[in-house]
Amino acid sequence: MIFLRRQMPLLITMITGLIFAGQYYVPHPASEQLLTSATKWLQIIGGFALVLGVTSLFHVHAAKIRRKEAGWGYSVVLYAGMLGTMAVGLWANGKESVEGVSTAFGWVYNYMMVPLQGTMFAILAFFIASAAYRSFRARSREAAVLLIAAVIVMMGRVPLGEYLVPVSGDISQWILNVLNASVRRAILIGVSLGAVALSFKIIFGVERSYLGGGKE
Amino acid sequence: MLKKPPSVVLASFRPSTYPRGYASALHSLRPCWMVFLNILILIIVCGVSSAIVLAEDQLTAPANLQVFDTPNDGGQSLTVQWAPGSLDSPDARYQVLVGDAGATDVAALKVVAEFPAHTRLVKDAKGAWWTRTAERNWHQFTIRNGKGVELKDGTAYTVTVAMFKGEERAVGPFMQATPAPNWFNWNSVNNLVLTLIFGGVVFFSIAQAKRSEIFLRRIPGLDAVDEAIGRSTELGKPILYLTGAHDMSDPSTIAAAVILGRVAKRTAAYETELLVPHRDPITMAVCQEITKQAYLEAGKPDLFKEDSNFFITSDQFSYTAAVDGIMLRKKPAANFFMGSYFAEALLLTETGASTGAIQIAGTDSDHQLPFFVTTCDYTLIGEELYAASAYLSREPVQLGTLRGQDIGKAMILSVIGIGILLATLGVATQATWPQYFLDFFKDMK
Repeated sequence: MIFLRRQMPLLITMITGLIFAGQYYVPHPASEQLLTSATKWLQIIGGFALVLGVTSLFHVHAAKIRRKEAGWGYSVVLYAGMLGTMAVGLWANGKESVEGVSTAFGWVYNYMMVPLQGTMFAILAFFIASAAYRSFRARSREAAVLLIAAVIVMMGRVPLGEYLVPVSGDISQWILNVLNASVRRAILIGVSLGAVALSFKIIFGVERSYLGGGKE
Repeated sequence: MLKKPPSVVLASFRPSTYPRGYASALHSLRPCWMVFLNILILIIVCGVSSAIVLAEDQLTAPANLQVFDTPNDGGQSLTVQWAPGSLDSPDARYQVLVGDAGATDVAALKVVAEFPAHTRLVKDAKGAWWTRTAERNWHQFTIRNGKGVELKDGTAYTVTVAMFKGEERAVGPFMQATPAPNWFNWNSVNNLVLTLIFGGVVFFSIAQAKRSEIFLRRIPGLDAVDEAIGRSTELGKPILYLTGAHDMSDPSTIAAAVILGRVAKRTAAYETELLVPHRDPITMAVCQEITKQAYLEAGKPDLFKEDSNFFITSDQFSYTAAVDGIMLRKKPAANFFMGSYFAEALLLTETGASTGAIQIAGTDSDHQLPFFVTTCDYTLIGEELYAASAYLSREPVQLGTLRGQDIGKAMILSVIGIGILLATLGVATQATWPQYFLDFFKDMK
């Protein structure tokens, strides 16, 4: 049992990790085919895993409704929405429109899902304003630098700002191209090295905590 | 231009249309003077004409034509190379022609490319210097399947190159080649070498770390993990932990899952409720196992709840709305945002900030870092996310990896420094050798 729980997954991880690391250097169609097949497998496994996810979702919200926890009404809405969408989806055979006419499933998507997503995304503008207000209060030297840089960049990025202060465009571009880009590159170098080191640790079994199930 | 000078010469030989009687004394000298002048003009014009004809002769077929299977590729491609010609200019053009094997007539070949004669040089082509098969100033064209021609692996094709200028065309020799796939991309050999060196450094550092203690700089964001869990315990409120937008194939999600194990161990020890909403079912299943194990290791297996890890949806904004709802209803005292994030980052963290929770973020999404920095109490920037596991566990093996990463960064910094010096030296002395060093690190494919 311990072999199946510990050694076997580590062995599979190491073999597949090495194969797919090597695959990057092999341009032969067989290598491409291997990658395509593995990607398809992942998609199939992902499809089955969705059953796990939906089961978890139903279970959590059923428990909420049963216990009448705070906000259990939302769980009822979730059940109604999910089952309703499934029903219209099956009725429409999964098609959003037939011969240019929107099905009930398409209507749910276009007139409920898309506007709700748009609403959530639109909130971002207000959140940016409130976050910026909090951050740009010059309470420290660093915050003051941030404030000045932000004001210059904002001035340089809008036509009115550049019209009022013509030099703001060039300074803003310099801040973005030199200061910002160099720091971003430094972060990316660190991220890449971290990701490569983590991959080495996982492939060679040094990092195993993601498997769960104890050390040995 | 070729026809005009002879016609001028011929016109001057025409007899005069004026009657002889009208000829002046000076005019009587005309025949011998004119003969001399005409001979002179003839000599000059013949010289010019012969020079032009000589230039015309230089419109020769491309020299040293080579056609071969494109190296380091997946097949269905041929590469043509030929030496630069004396007429390589924007006025002249090259044509690449392809046909079936055995074709002997140019009419049987199909033109697959046509370009000005001063373009398509080896130095402009993709590929590292160590895989170049001709001088930098030679011409090179890669014929690929689907781009005006169908190339099949294992089938021979006839290829030639023609140069033309105006109406004239000089066709090169007919060459045959067969496309085939390759088993190794030598253009990426520098990538492989550097990866192996870095891997060697990491494992060497791990071995070193087992023998001696390694200094680890403080990471305030990770020091605050205990503080955040303690605060939640005191307030009797749950801890919210997010693993990011990606699935388990992303290193940042794996790092987030690993940190979850450390956090869960402490929440188990403090008997604090843990909520981990997921966007990916596979990540959820993995995190369930990790959390279960953490509770076991903490000696509190009875406190583990299967529902602490739960799936919401894969949809970005639906997930965000649901997590925001959890934050507003359950008011967790500590929020952890680990992994990779997109536009939802600010929507999540700003809502969390409004509830007064202590917030710790860790991400490799550099485009979302400003939002995390402005709205969270602590932010693990980039590589610190990957260092978190080592920092929290303090295991020598993990710490060794961190040392390896630092050595890797030192190597990159050295290369950047040396590269700047060599590039400057190359420009100042017009030397080409610094370019080989620079290309070794630049051509990272």
